[in-house]
Amino acid sequence: MNRVNALIVGAGAGGGIVAKELAEAGLSVVLLERGKWYTAFDCRKDDLRNQRNSTLGNAFGPDDERNPRVAVDLAGRGHVVRASGPGYSNNAACVGGGTLSYGAMAWRYMERDFRMRSTYGQVAGSTLADWPISYDDLEPYYEKAEWEIGVSGDDSGNPFRAPRRKPLPMPPLAPNREFEILEPAAKRLGLHPFHIPMLRNSVPYGGRGPCMRCRWCVGFACEVNAKCGTQNTVIPEALKTGNCELRSESMTRQILTDARGRATGVEYFDAHDRLQRQDADLVVVSSAAVESARLLLNSTSPLFPHGLGNRYDWVGRNFQGHSYTGAFGIMPEDIYDDLGPGASIAVCDYNHGNPGLAGGAMLANEFIRLPYQFVGMLPPDVPKWGQAHKDFMRSFYRRAIAVQGPTQEMPMFNARVEVDPAVRDYWGIPVARLSGDKHPHTIEIGAFAAGKAEEWLKEAGAVRTWKKLAGPGFSGGQHQAGTCRMGDDPQTSVVNRYCQVHEIDNLFVIDGSVHVTNGGFNPVLTIMANAYRASEHLVKGWKGTRYR
Amino acid sequence: MYRRRFIVAGLAGTALGCGRSKSPWRFFSIEEARTVEAVCAQIVPEDRDPGAVRAGVVVFIDRQLTGFYKPLQKTYRQGIAAIDRESVRAAGHPFANLSAGAQLDALRRIERNPDLKPFFDMLVAHTMQGFYGDPRHGGNRERVSWKMLGVASPPVRGRA
Repeated sequence: MNRVNALIVGAGAGGGIVAKELAEAGLSVVLLERGKWYTAFDCRKDDLRNQRNSTLGNAFGPDDERNPRVAVDLAGRGHVVRASGPGYSNNAACVGGGTLSYGAMAWRYMERDFRMRSTYGQVAGSTLADWPISYDDLEPYYEKAEWEIGVSGDDSGNPFRAPRRKPLPMPPLAPNREFEILEPAAKRLGLHPFHIPMLRNSVPYGGRGPCMRCRWCVGFACEVNAKCGTQNTVIPEALKTGNCELRSESMTRQILTDARGRATGVEYFDAHDRLQRQDADLVVVSSAAVESARLLLNSTSPLFPHGLGNRYDWVGRNFQGHSYTGAFGIMPEDIYDDLGPGASIAVCDYNHGNPGLAGGAMLANEFIRLPYQFVGMLPPDVPKWGQAHKDFMRSFYRRAIAVQGPTQEMPMFNARVEVDPAVRDYWGIPVARLSGDKHPHTIEIGAFAAGKAEEWLKEAGAVRTWKKLAGPGFSGGQHQAGTCRMGDDPQTSVVNRYCQVHEIDNLFVIDGSVHVTNGGFNPVLTIMANAYRASEHLVKGWKGTRYR
Repeated sequence: MYRRRFIVAGLAGTALGCGRSKSPWRFFSIEEARTVEAVCAQIVPEDRDPGAVRAGVVVFIDRQLTGFYKPLQKTYRQGIAAIDRESVRAAGHPFANLSAGAQLDALRRIERNPDLKPFFDMLVAHTMQGFYGDPRHGGNRERVSWKMLGVASPPVRGRA
C-alpha cells in the first residue's frame, strides 16, 4: 500500500487526538483500530453486557474468542483469561477506545501529581519518580482538551485545583439529590465540595445535544451522543481534513524497523484477516498501557532482540491503574432520584497533604448503581442469598449512597506487562502476560480515603456505613498506565518528554503508558492533554527534519 | 412459569408412552430443571413480591447455558447431580422433594461443604443476574425485580 507520513495504532483517547492534529497539519495519516466503529445507535442498555459490567461479555470489545491474555496470580501461576473475565484488565477495543463508554470525569492532575518523588521522597519498594514535565507544561493543553472535546462542570469551588487560565466551556448539570445531601455535609466537615468536571454536554456543544440524564451512563455508549469521546469529536474532524484514513477491525502484529534501527511502518491483519503492510515515515503507538507495551515487545528484530525501546528492560514495567476505595451509606429515607449520570460532587481535600501518606485520592459520589450492580455492594454481614438478602435489596436500594475515589498508586517495577512465551491470540500474535502486586502503601492510602468517605457519609446522615477497600494484586483496567514511562534518562524510562522512544526518533508512544505516576484522579484528560502537547512537538519536528 | 409447568407436565405424560422424556428446556433435563428451580426459589424466595422462579431465573440460566455460559454445561450437570446426591444422603430425597425448611438446611450444609460450595456460589450469582438483570436475557420477567426496587421501568427518559 502507498506509503503515508504517519501511522497511528489505536483510535482511543490518545490516538484520536494525534490523528486530528497531524492530519490538520497536512500529514497523511492512517489510523489503525482493532475494534469496530460504534455510534449512538449501538447504545444497548444491557446491564449484564457493557464495559462496566461484562457478566455476559464486553459490549465494545475486545471479544472473548480471539483475544486471550495471561494473568499471573500472587502465587506465580499463570491463567489464561478471557477479555470479559476477571484479571484481564480490559479497557475497550473500538473507535474512541474507552471514551465511547466511559464515565467521562475530566480531571486535571494537580501540580504535585507530577512531582511525587520531590514532594514525598523515596518510597521503599516503589519506582516513584517525578514526571520530566510539570503541570505548567501541560496546562495549555488541558485547556485545549476541555474546549475541543467538551467539558461541563464547575471547579471554581475547589481551592486545591491547579491554576487554570480559562473556565470550563460548559456549566454543570443541575444538582441531583445526592449532591444536595452531600454538599452541606462536606461543608460542615470543613471540606470544599464542587461540581465534577465531565466530558459530557450539559448544554448543546460541538454540534451535539445535552445529556438527558438517563441512568445508563458509565459503561454504555450515550444514546443521545451527549458524552464527548474521540469518536464523536476529533476523529470525525481528522477524517474531514481528507488527510486521514481510519481502518477499523485492523489488528497490528508488529512495528517494522530497517537496518538503521528506524521505524518503517507496521504489519497488521485487516478486517478479513489478511496480513497487510503499511509503510510510514513515522509510527505512533496509542493502544493503551497493556497493548502498547505488548506491541513494542512483540516487535523484535536482530537490532532489537528484546523489543523496541526495551534496551534497559523498562517496557511493560510500572503497570498501574487505580483501585477505587471509599464507602457506602444507608440514608434515613428514600433518596433515589433516577437522575443520571449520578456522579455529581467531589472533594480534592484529600489528594495531598495527608499526614504520613505519599498522596491520597479524590473522593466523589458514584454513578447510578444499576440493580444487579448493587448486589455486589452489600455490607459484608448481609447474607449472600435468601430472604434476608431480598429484604435488604428491597429496603435499601433507594436509600444508598456510595462515595469513592481512585487511589494514588505507588508504581512497582515488578508490576508488569510481558508477552507470554506460549499463548497466542486468534491471529497467532503472542498475548500480554500481566503480573505483579500493589505496593502496601497504595493499600494504606486507599484505607485512609475509605475512612474519609465514611466520615462524609456519616455527616450526611447515613444510619449505616461500610467500607470498600483495595485488595492485593496488580490494578490496570480502564485506568491502565505506566508501562512506557516518560523520562529524561534513557536508562530508566522508555520515551522522552515528547513521547519519542529514546532510541528511535520516528517512533512515539502517546497514551496513558507514558504516565510516570497516575494521580489520584481519572487519567483521561491528562492522556488527552499530553496527546495535544506531544502532537504539537511532533508536527514541529516534521516541519524541520521529516524524521528522516 | 405456570404455563411452562403445564407444558412440562404434558410432555412428561406423553413420555410414559415412549419411554424417554423429551425436555422442553434448551439445556436442562426435566429433572435438572426441577432441582435448579427449587434451589433458585430458596436463593430469591417468593414473598409479597415475586421470587426467582416467577421472574424466570431458570429460563435465564437455561438460555445462557446454550449461549454465553456454554463452557459451564459440564459444571452444571455435575453440580446439580451433586446437590441431589447430597440431599438424598442427608435427608433421603432429591432436593426438590424436600420441605422448604429441609431445603434451607440442605443449602446451609452445601455452603459449608468445600466440594459443593463453588457450584452453589455460582448458582447464587447466576440467580442474582437472572433476577435483577436485564429482561432481554430471559430472566427478570416483566421487570419484577425492578418494580420491587422502585426503579422506573420503562424508563422516564430515553428508550429501554
